[in-house]
Amino acid sequence: MSQAAEAITEYRDLDGAEMLRVSDLHAFYGESHILHGVNFDVKRGELVTLLGRNGAGRSTTLKAIMNMVGRRTGSIMINGNETLGMKPHRIPRLGIGYCPEERGIFASLDVEENLLLPPTVRSGGMSIDEIYAMFPNLYERRRSQGTRLSGGEQQMLAMARILRTGARLLLLDEITEGLAPVIVQALGEVLVKLKERGMTIVLVEQNFRFAAPLADRHFVMEHGRIIEEISAAELPSRRDHLNSLLGV
Amino acid sequence: MTMIFGVPLMVFMGQLMLGLINGAFYALLSLGLAVIFGLLKIINFAHGAMYMLGAFVALLGLQHLGLNYWAALLVVPLVVGGLGMLIERFILRRIAHLDHLYGLLLTFGLALIFEGTLINFFGVSGSSYPTPAALQGGVNLGFMFLPIYRGWVLLAALGVCLATWFIIERTRLGAYLRAGTENSALMQAFGVNVPQLITLTYGFGVALAAFAGVLAAPLYPVSPTMGSSLLIVVFAVVVIGGMGSIIGAVITGLAMGLIEGLTKVYYPEAANTVIFVVMVVVLMLRPAGLFGKEA
Repeated sequence: MSQAAEAITEYRDLDGAEMLRVSDLHAFYGESHILHGVNFDVKRGELVTLLGRNGAGRSTTLKAIMNMVGRRTGSIMINGNETLGMKPHRIPRLGIGYCPEERGIFASLDVEENLLLPPTVRSGGMSIDEIYAMFPNLYERRRSQGTRLSGGEQQMLAMARILRTGARLLLLDEITEGLAPVIVQALGEVLVKLKERGMTIVLVEQNFRFAAPLADRHFVMEHGRIIEEISAAELPSRRDHLNSLLGV
Repeated sequence: MTMIFGVPLMVFMGQLMLGLINGAFYALLSLGLAVIFGLLKIINFAHGAMYMLGAFVALLGLQHLGLNYWAALLVVPLVVGGLGMLIERFILRRIAHLDHLYGLLLTFGLALIFEGTLINFFGVSGSSYPTPAALQGGVNLGFMFLPIYRGWVLLAALGVCLATWFIIERTRLGAYLRAGTENSALMQAFGVNVPQLITLTYGFGVALAAFAGVLAAPLYPVSPTMGSSLLIVVFAVVVIGGMGSIIGAVITGLAMGLIEGLTKVYYPEAANTVIFVVMVVVLMLRPAGLFGKEA
């Protein structure tokens, strides 16, 4: 058995244990109070979504987990470690991959340099060949400047580069935003594959139709709080309620 | 005798060579400034003082410790670069969250302190540093007489510029540096220790200035004010090349040295101002500089 496969098996045995627990999280940008006591948890191997209107605090929640906002209070446990006091560069080393809303492709690096940029945080990450097999477009354009790619290719690149690092908890912010339906579908297939590999995923998503068939649980945010938790099983009966919450 | 536009070839080539040597110093210094500005966004006004310290540490090392020129080329950048890292870690980092203008003021103040302290002990007249034995004398190239030390300075400066370019453009550490320049918050979110990268980058930029100082010691009087007079020109070079552009700093440095040299041949009165004239023209036509990216 390859080392990577072994790592995944070992990791699979822990399915169902708690990967992330956010408790009473408050976050501030300077004087503005953005998150007002966020509570949610994610189990290993789960895919959960953070839904809500613009400005509800979904992206800020991901940034607060990465310690990329200003002041934070409350508790963020990752894999049993309290991370609230950790320096920003220590947090990803717990095995977290973050894909920002603006994608964050570096213009001064070519595609392959972008792909190889994030340091390895854990063993068992995907090899560069596996990544190119999953995203053939990136292989063809590996010598292009990162920002010359199309929007969809840039999104693929932003996802691909955190798969190499061995991260097992992925925080993905609006990955389908502004992309053509065919690309969105391809991204959905990628998420299914990642879930099969035992990845834990937190998805901030505007496109509910994209998220609904993929997720195990949905958390609805409003005014910097989680106001509703809906499991995949409850979804059909509570669809109308959810639509009214999201204003769609 | 061969004449070029009414000037003897020997004189013409000699001035061109002098210009190229000055250009090599401009290139080394503006390269360090560009590297520092790229990641720290600080305009390092202490850069001239670090160049001066490089020459001084080499001189004092020779006088008191018997540190020879070749050892100085290696040791002095490490010592002064180490001092730079301490400055970044314990002084600049404290104001990193403020407007970058504060960094400029702070480094300017540091430069004055270094200069003033050394003036207090050594005066402003300057001392000479002996040219190393292996590089004394010169060769007649037929069209001009080339002092060997000047040829060496040119080669060494270009070699270091090329090595720096290689590190930044072709290595993993360089990729971190370029990416950190663009988006340091995201680099932290990937697990890169950006504060440490910033300390190393500042130390490296300062080490380049100190290296230039050691190269300059046998050419110019080693004096506490040698850096401040050079620095203004170097800032003009950085602005012309484009703030933060590595390749722009090197090419513009050499080009401005040449332009200055040529002006000395044909219209010596303007030699001290020609670079600033170029700066004005470039800023009017390309506000981001020749190699800078438009914001």
